[in-house]
Amino acid sequence: MIEFKLPSLGADMDEGTLLEWKVGVGDTVKKGQVVAVVDTSKAAVDVECWQEGSVGELLAEVGQKMPVGTVMAKLLEPGETAETIVGTPRVLPAGRAGATAAAPPPRRMISPAARKHAQEKGVDLDKVTGSGPHGAVTLEDVEHAAAGLAPPAAVLPAADKAGEMRRAIAAAMARSKREIPHYYVAEDIPLVKALAWLQAGNAKRPMAERLLPAVLLFKAVAVALKRYPELNGYWRDGGFVPAERINLGVAISLRQGGLIAPALLNADAKPLTQLMQELTDLVRRTRAGSLRSSEMSEATITVTNLGDQGSQAVFGVIYPPQVALVGFGRVTERPWAENGELKALPMVTASLSADHRVSDGHRGALFLRELADLLQRPEDLDR
Amino acid sequence: MTRRLSYREAMREAMHEALAGDPRVFLMGEDVGRYGGTYAFSKGFLEEFGPERIRDTPLSELGFVGAGIGAALGGMRPIVEVMTVNFSLLALDQIVNSAALFRHMSGGQFSVPLVIRMTTGAGRQLAAQHSHSLEGWYAHIPGIRVLAPATVEDARGMLAPALADPDPVVIFEHAGLFNVEGELADDCKVDISSAKVRREGRDVAIITYGGSLPKALAAAETLAGESIEAEVIDLRVLRPLDTATIAAAVAKCHRVVVVDENWKSGGLAAEVVARIMEHAFFELDAPVARVCSEEVPIPYARHLEEAALPQPEKIVAAVKGLLG
Repeated sequence: MIEFKLPSLGADMDEGTLLEWKVGVGDTVKKGQVVAVVDTSKAAVDVECWQEGSVGELLAEVGQKMPVGTVMAKLLEPGETAETIVGTPRVLPAGRAGATAAAPPPRRMISPAARKHAQEKGVDLDKVTGSGPHGAVTLEDVEHAAAGLAPPAAVLPAADKAGEMRRAIAAAMARSKREIPHYYVAEDIPLVKALAWLQAGNAKRPMAERLLPAVLLFKAVAVALKRYPELNGYWRDGGFVPAERINLGVAISLRQGGLIAPALLNADAKPLTQLMQELTDLVRRTRAGSLRSSEMSEATITVTNLGDQGSQAVFGVIYPPQVALVGFGRVTERPWAENGELKALPMVTASLSADHRVSDGHRGALFLRELADLLQRPEDLDR
Repeated sequence: MTRRLSYREAMREAMHEALAGDPRVFLMGEDVGRYGGTYAFSKGFLEEFGPERIRDTPLSELGFVGAGIGAALGGMRPIVEVMTVNFSLLALDQIVNSAALFRHMSGGQFSVPLVIRMTTGAGRQLAAQHSHSLEGWYAHIPGIRVLAPATVEDARGMLAPALADPDPVVIFEHAGLFNVEGELADDCKVDISSAKVRREGRDVAIITYGGSLPKALAAAETLAGESIEAEVIDLRVLRPLDTATIAAAVAKCHRVVVVDENWKSGGLAAEVVARIMEHAFFELDAPVARVCSEEVPIPYARHLEEAALPQPEKIVAAVKGLLG
């Protein structure tokens, strides 16, 4: 018996609303399969299941708002059947006849007034969807059901959605500045070699496969992080937990305002072409509101790239529980002194905001130096 | 006809009327005479009514509250002013063991027609020892009536029926209200037995009293801007509680936030919530929420004191938490 629980899809998520089940009872679920679509305060997210089994029971209802950690469904492990579960005494209290496959589901939240009203009107509460706090069935839900109307909309209208997003960002950023002692270092990096290499490479590629400078910057960050594990991971329970993989959270601004930082998974290990495809896909799906749960929750560090419309440098606010954020400003042509000569070169200012509880400015500076060096050897990054 | 005056002026008028209208009434307490009252409620009274009826007392709450009880037993109608609820703890024995119990202990032979007035509440940076809200303690005691005038009308009108009550009445005046102004009808008559609806609404009932009433009304105004119609109930009488009005508000709105400057644990709000469970459980559409003072000694620093007390923003947030 596997309990599938609503995962936290970011530090700013406390609850989510189930929009759609992608599986039904009896379906086989593979590891990584998208099983549900959940509305967080930021986006509709495809939630993946990381265990294999077949669906025994769907507990959450469409439209239901529930706190993170709520058991949404029960899966049967390979070899298990509903019957074998029933025969298992540790799950089922003895003497409970006609019970479902698992321990009794938690009592549904139905307000006293809703229960009384349902009784008076002869409304079947099992068929009423709750719209109250934590998905509780309210008087209004019963009144709607009694009148044969659709349940009150659980999904927030667009205007409220923007407000929700703002509140979610406010909560995460306020927590960050409250809890994380940030330090900041910055480095101006000449991009003349990197841009020349990209231009030469792009000339040979079809239009659809051309690489943007951003992808080279992201790859360089991911590769540099391999030698600076103290920047890649999480601060949890009073200590640093380094991440096993390098998943770059890429800050993507939304047209309606706000931003999301979904992850490019294993960015250090992927060739640039693949990374470019994934980045394009990620931006498209972020703006369309169809991200996967692993992309929402598995970023181990965030990178913000201001691009052509940005300012020269950015010093970002770390997204907890991550411990670092790398920022790139706009690429501009600037004066640069080298070997006693003054030149005008395309440059980018890279910055690092990092958690002083975990790393020190000296290491942060070395990381940026490494990043600058890597960008002078762009051909080595395409592996 | 109506006229506009402050809570302070209303209270002063009420005492003046009582002193002028009944020779048995006299005022006793710290600084009520020559100083004109710590909060200027009795300014000019000493000159007008003389030292027999406007009596400055030593700094001994135990002593002068006891003297007030004795005078009441002897047929007088004393108004005893205890400067604040914080100092009334020194007179608890007199109030709880004597004033509240004489009718019972004497088998109905004695009554104690005493009015004790005291200032309560925080919000003026007077630090922990001068910021208590302990009216809930008094509301626990059978044998006394506990009033919390929160409006100019009640400040003006509650004293007369309190003096007419044959048993002890304790009146709590929240320090944050003294400069509040309001309209007062010339023929102002109020009871000392019922709670009142101060604002009509249908989505949520905010039940409160005393210094939290203006905060609840401010919250209701904010909520109205977001199309949430909050009903505001002023308890007015903390003992005996008007359960019928509370239950009616629950039946109307189905959602309740109780706002009380007491601490939560064992506070008056807890009693209100319990009454709702007993009398209106099946009308509830959401768990009852409480906005009370944080369970800390009230801090001195302004921002911390504000953070420790119920505020309109906290009330608004609590209401929204009930609406899903």
